[in-house]
Amino acid sequence: MKMLKTLGAHIKEYKWPSILTPILMIGEVLMETIIPLLMASIVDEGINKGNTTHIFVTGAIMVVMALCSLGFGVGGAKFGSIAATGFAKNLRIAMFKNIQTFSFANIDKFSASSLITRMTTDVNNIQMSYMMLLRMCMRAPASLIFAMTMSFFISPKLAMVYLVAVIFLGTVLVFISTKAMKYFRASFEKYDKLNESVQENVSAIRVVKAFVREDHEKGRFKKASQAIYDTFVSAENIVIWNNPMMQFTVYSCILLISWFGAQFIVAGELETGDLMALLTYCMNILMNLMMLTMIFVMSSMSIACGERICEVLEEKATITNPENPVMEVADGSIRFENVMFRYSDTSEAPVLDNINLDIKSGETIGIIGGTGSSKSTLVNMISRLYDVNEGTVYVGGKDVKEYDLDTLRNEVSVVLQQNVLFSGSILDNLRWGDANASEEECIEACKMACADEFIQNFPDKYNTHIEQGGTNVSGGQKQRLCIARALLKKPKVLILDDSTSAVDTATDAKIRAAFKTAIPGTTKLIIAQRISSVQDADRIIVLNDGKVDAFGTHEELLENNAIYRDVYDAQTNGAGDFDEGGDN
Amino acid sequence: MAPGRGPRGPVPKISNPGKLLSRLMKFIFSRYAIHYVVVLVCIFASVFCSVQGTLFMQTLIDDYIAPMIGVPNPDYGPLLGAMSRVAIFYALGVVAAFVQQKVLIYVSQGCIRDMRNELFIHMQDLPIRYFDTHAHGDIMSVYTNDIDTLRQMVSQSIPQMINSVITIVTVFINMCILSVPLTILSVVVVGISVVVSKHFAGYSSRYFLAQQKDVGKLNGFVEEMLSGQKVVKVFTHEDENIEEFEQLSENLCHSSNNAHFYSGCMGPINNNIGHIGYVLCAMIGGLLALAGFGGFTIGKLASFLTFNKSFNMPINQVVQQINSIIMALAGCERIFALLDEEPETDEGYVTLVNAKEVDGQLVECEEHTGRWAWKHPHKADGTVTYEELLGDVTFDGVDFGYVPEKIVLHDIKMFATPGQKIAFVGSTGAGKTTITNLINRFYDIQDGKIRYDGININKIKKADLRRSLGIVLQDTHLFTDTVENNIKYGKLDATHEEVVAAAKLANADTFIRQLPDGYNTVLTGDGANLSQGQRQLLAIARAAIADPPVLILDEATSSIDTRTERIVQDGMDKLMHGRTTFVIAHRLSTIRNSDCIMVLEQGRIIERGSHEELIEEKGKYYQLYTGMKAGDVDA
Repeated sequence: MKMLKTLGAHIKEYKWPSILTPILMIGEVLMETIIPLLMASIVDEGINKGNTTHIFVTGAIMVVMALCSLGFGVGGAKFGSIAATGFAKNLRIAMFKNIQTFSFANIDKFSASSLITRMTTDVNNIQMSYMMLLRMCMRAPASLIFAMTMSFFISPKLAMVYLVAVIFLGTVLVFISTKAMKYFRASFEKYDKLNESVQENVSAIRVVKAFVREDHEKGRFKKASQAIYDTFVSAENIVIWNNPMMQFTVYSCILLISWFGAQFIVAGELETGDLMALLTYCMNILMNLMMLTMIFVMSSMSIACGERICEVLEEKATITNPENPVMEVADGSIRFENVMFRYSDTSEAPVLDNINLDIKSGETIGIIGGTGSSKSTLVNMISRLYDVNEGTVYVGGKDVKEYDLDTLRNEVSVVLQQNVLFSGSILDNLRWGDANASEEECIEACKMACADEFIQNFPDKYNTHIEQGGTNVSGGQKQRLCIARALLKKPKVLILDDSTSAVDTATDAKIRAAFKTAIPGTTKLIIAQRISSVQDADRIIVLNDGKVDAFGTHEELLENNAIYRDVYDAQTNGAGDFDEGGDN
Repeated sequence: MAPGRGPRGPVPKISNPGKLLSRLMKFIFSRYAIHYVVVLVCIFASVFCSVQGTLFMQTLIDDYIAPMIGVPNPDYGPLLGAMSRVAIFYALGVVAAFVQQKVLIYVSQGCIRDMRNELFIHMQDLPIRYFDTHAHGDIMSVYTNDIDTLRQMVSQSIPQMINSVITIVTVFINMCILSVPLTILSVVVVGISVVVSKHFAGYSSRYFLAQQKDVGKLNGFVEEMLSGQKVVKVFTHEDENIEEFEQLSENLCHSSNNAHFYSGCMGPINNNIGHIGYVLCAMIGGLLALAGFGGFTIGKLASFLTFNKSFNMPINQVVQQINSIIMALAGCERIFALLDEEPETDEGYVTLVNAKEVDGQLVECEEHTGRWAWKHPHKADGTVTYEELLGDVTFDGVDFGYVPEKIVLHDIKMFATPGQKIAFVGSTGAGKTTITNLINRFYDIQDGKIRYDGININKIKKADLRRSLGIVLQDTHLFTDTVENNIKYGKLDATHEEVVAAAKLANADTFIRQLPDGYNTVLTGDGANLSQGQRQLLAIARAAIADPPVLILDEATSSIDTRTERIVQDGMDKLMHGRTTFVIAHRLSTIRNSDCIMVLEQGRIIERGSHEELIEEKGKYYQLYTGMKAGDVDA
């Protein structure tokens, strides 16, 4: 119920088409129900009594009614599709808008692929169900009731046959459908799993082949495919009872009506035309009943889709703008005060624990630590990509929670570890940093990030098209483009989260040298695996298990910090990186 | 690799529908011929039965009810008899329909299962090249969309088509018997409705194509932006995204609205043209009956009108079915295209066997001895020789290109003697990974020879060749399964102890134990719940458990931090001991102690030698090496 309310709120401007459609459908039904009645009248009053005028007058009325019915039908199709597609559009936009407000924590909660399914497949299902609902949910019962009423009007005694039939068939169909639905749900789940495993197999084909596991995979697939066969067969074996039961009921009705109808006609209680009309209603009544059960099944199938959509619509962004946001960041100073953070409230061990740091504006800070020592997490606190659980993070002397989010994120520019380029030209991508940047500014940023040289080697230079996900540039090139993009923001704080891991050491050094001369006032935080990337920083943070193990200059740390010395020894004993990594 | 998971673009024109259909029919009938015969019989039976029912309507009024009207003591006996007959037909009809549906379940689900299995089995044997040149989304859509439309065709379209055609013919004959003029009238009316609905179907399918395109665009946008959502946040690009998304949604709404409108019109139009035809028949039939033209009666009119209705419906059904059959055939075309892809060829006949030494002779044996031999049958004299697998690999003048026009590796000459560690160094695109992909024959070389223990690798059975090579790939792929089973992938019959030992060797044991269910933790989404480094450790363990004589490590430790790597290194050293190893790495620690380092540039080996020799040489390697040092100093 709550779900219907949430979804219904997005019908908005499509309210009138949504109301109009069922009304038009009722009109159509009305016409279709009256037509057999007129038919009977033609036979009884016209043909039997030899009244040609009656035949033509009634016939003409029938033609008019058919045309009206046509008008209603076409109108119903028109408004039905406007309402349903419009509703789907509103849902999609509402979902997308809400997703755009999501914080990193919200994004982590839903995976990208699950959000995509919700926005496409699920919305589509809802659109189809809604259209069917508008067009059928009034039409089918209305048609059923009209036909029923008419039958009672013609002969209450004979109509009792239909009443019994409706109750009987209705019960049977609902029983069959609910039972089958359970099986179908299970089989669709299995079906999805099978497809997932095919997808996995396709993308891991090199592993499969390298380990010569083709036969193993074939065996597994055959088993899964057989399991799906089994569940679908058992589901469909239930469903196929629908039709015979329907036919059985229809035929029984025809026989009963014919038998009793014949007696009534002989007794003079019924006209032959009436009998014909009654037999026509038989199909009307029972077909619509079938339709109703179908609506019942389809809408209960789409409940799950509706729920998944609602989850997205109702998800509240965990990070929102403050009431009276500060619109300017004074400088690039950063201070952590007793910061504690954990990704979920249920996990016991904090990811960041008791962090206290004081970084002056314009400083270059290196951050080093092993896998899982929370380096990324630490810097994500600064541009408020996550909110701290305890303590405070200050940027420019103010709590980050006081800033307008856009202002803060524009001044604190992060080059994420898992970075993404978007389909479009290189310039388009760069202008994510600054929509109004001139080409010269873009080139300048690229020069600083050592990206200009390789871009100039592309045939289309800065207009080179980047494929979705940046698949047509190498890892190192991608990283340099991402750095350039971040530089275009002209931020007060620049954070590089392991952003040069695929760039060779010489280029890496060049980029850092460029930073030093070109943006001396910007606070720079550099997360790196290589000592060489951080050793010339003003100070270096050594993180270990979410705690600051040491904070000092290269020399100090070499002297006093065991972890740092360990890493240094490992790397200078010929453990550095020296060519471009990530061979595609 | 464009992720093309969304709906496909416009349906391509089918080049040869007849051939496709006959191939599909062959596929179905070779498995389910008897089933389809049963279905056919059932369809005939049920159509016949329902026609009998309709005919009964005629006799009901004229032959049974009319004579009884006004008779003082009417005899219901004949009516009862006729009704019992019809009841039997009805019962038969119900049973036939039921049997038809029941059989069709097995046919359609069976066909789908077999087709799916055939697809998958065939796909497993396709060369890597196929996966390089086809978007994974497109491959997937064969399994999902195309198979789905095929199922609909087998289970619904074809039987319904048969049913419709039989009904049309029977009804037509019966109508002709009842009244030729009225039949002509009905045919004309149906003709009009077919023409009109085809017209609308044209509009509707044009907009459906537009809708598919718009859906594709919207899905693509959503997919790209939601996958990069964190970057969107960091660059506060939300408003621009919303604006673009709204535009895309608006377009989709427009095309979708039109598509559904035109398709929604077809029902009412057909119905009401049918109604008008019905009225016309009633009027003209009424006049004919009144005039007593050709013995036409009211009773005949009644059954004619019923026939008229059952004539209208199946014809429109056929029109609609044709559309869905065309869609299904387009899907079939893609299915068959995949099935027609050339599988990986393998003319190899040299196999890998366990071996032991008896009296100084190498002989084949069943049990695992830790020694392997190449079993080399010689066709010329029918003898079989055994050569011990040592791991001696030589490249002799090897040229290779992914496409013949563009050679990426030129004249590669190298040799690795058993137990040696060979490293490849060079910048992105220099061809390091490509070389390793040639050893295991993921790709076949254009020119030159690769020999493995002196045997040309083309003579070795691919499966055995690959089994002898342990590979840790650059992109770690894990499967949705437990950690234990993922490691076991390297050796399916490994015991738990072996799994743990391999994990320990790769230094993965510690973190695995910390996972919620330890070794039984289920990994999902390619190991999404693990860090890149942890995934690499698992990949190393997976290779270790296979215990292969030759190892290929392609950036196997790139995402493991230096400290951890040092710990892994012990394990790696143990793993590499006594095995020929090919290493690609950008970390000096990984390659420094190699027996030979190959420096690659633009597909050529430009330098080779040990670390010390190469430093001495003061060439590219020296530059790369000191370049790092220079970077350290001047930054």
